[in-house]
Amino acid sequence: MTTASDEIERQVVEIFASLTQRDPATIGSGDTMEALGVDSLCMVEGIFAIEETFDVSVPFNANDPGAAPVDLSTVGSVVEAVRTLLSQKAA
Amino acid sequence: MRQVVITGAGTINPLGHSVADTKAAMRAGRSAIGPLDIRDVDRLSQKIGAQVTGFDPDARFDRQTLSICDRFSLFALAAAQEAMAQAGLTVDDALAPRAGAVLGNSGGGMTTQDDGFRAVYEDGKSRVHPFTVPRLMGNAPAAQLTMAYGLRGPSFTVSSACASSNHAMGQALSMIRAGMADVMLTGGAEAMLTFGGLKAWEGLRVMSPTGCRPFCATRDGMVQGEGAAIFVFEAEEHARARGAPILARVAGYAMSSDAADIVMPDAQGAAAAMTGALSDAGLSAGDVGYVNAHGTGTAANDRTECAAIRAAFGPAAGDVAISSTKSMHGHLIGAASAVELIACLMALEEGVIAPTAGWRAPDPDCDLDIVTNAARPARVTATLSNAFAFGGMNAVLALTAP
Repeated sequence: MTTASDEIERQVVEIFASLTQRDPATIGSGDTMEALGVDSLCMVEGIFAIEETFDVSVPFNANDPGAAPVDLSTVGSVVEAVRTLLSQKAA
Repeated sequence: MRQVVITGAGTINPLGHSVADTKAAMRAGRSAIGPLDIRDVDRLSQKIGAQVTGFDPDARFDRQTLSICDRFSLFALAAAQEAMAQAGLTVDDALAPRAGAVLGNSGGGMTTQDDGFRAVYEDGKSRVHPFTVPRLMGNAPAAQLTMAYGLRGPSFTVSSACASSNHAMGQALSMIRAGMADVMLTGGAEAMLTFGGLKAWEGLRVMSPTGCRPFCATRDGMVQGEGAAIFVFEAEEHARARGAPILARVAGYAMSSDAADIVMPDAQGAAAAMTGALSDAGLSAGDVGYVNAHGTGTAANDRTECAAIRAAFGPAAGDVAISSTKSMHGHLIGAASAVELIACLMALEEGVIAPTAGWRAPDPDCDLDIVTNAARPARVTATLSNAFAFGGMNAVLALTAP
């Protein structure tokens, strides 16, 4: 059985698989954006896809990606960020 | 080769409605960046910009002109009035075929586009204003100038994003040098502070929520501006023959392409354009007293531009004063380098270097002589004005004292 939480991870993986032209099965939650070849411009696209998919607003300035108030460095941390943003939205 | 000089300058931009007002603001280090006052601003994520305020087109133009012109064309016409008045130029039947207008612009008539799309998509209307096309087309401002002044020679618009005006002014210079024209109205116009225009930029996530602080460690992106600056470029012998005022010599110009990335700048390409402009002007790096930087306030531009200045200037890099006036008038995109040329004129004519306003703290990656917050007196006989566009298209203009 697929939980809602797993569904979030599946969708995030799907987004970055599509952006990097990879098979989703080859992407794990520990993979860093750097290792996936996601540069800052690609990340802007990824954030856009996440915002559209989950109807959230992700704080991110391409001038200084490291300064974002949420950790977006790995697939797993992006999934966590989405969970946090969704829970904030529900609250 | 024919020498080219500037005999007139005019502008309307967030700092002022004239060259004198613009220079006064630059001297004072006054920024025009503030809260945006446009329709649907509440739906923008970044709500600041540098707007032209107090502009009353009804008081300046007849009904026919108002009806056929987008805001960017009105800006061009207003700036040209000032430039032509200063140049004291009468375009008679003999000069008309030897005179033209080449302007830079990136967005076209954005107000017109926004209004038209709202009408058909949002409001569900089935018709738009009858003059939608002649208002929004990118060559409209240049065309309006030809009609206003009877310029019957070569005229067109150059579109190379943030370098459009430098590319345009470079074309004007080249055409006069080549003998294709004697007088060219040149510069650029942009009016992109519309909901749609700003939404598009918001998407790239490079817009600052706080202000434009180029070369500052605390910078967090770019801020949009709007306006126009128009110059009268004239063959020197033509200008001297009629006793025209000579503001500066357009000494050199060069273009290069990064051929690397559509948005990320490249130091090698930027340096090549600066080196080329110096060479074309017959200048050595040590001759240049001021560089008006492209200086957008994004981390990518500022660091790359400083590296490029180091590469192009070599040992002289530490001695040249550098500032980005985008900190005050914002990024005018296709009109940016036109308005920024006024800072170069001020350095040459008045010995005053405009500052990078709002600067707070040094960035080790921008370790050059950045003129910050307060204008600096200096004797300057040669300047460079940098423009490095998305698309990796670079254009640098060199002015010298006449």
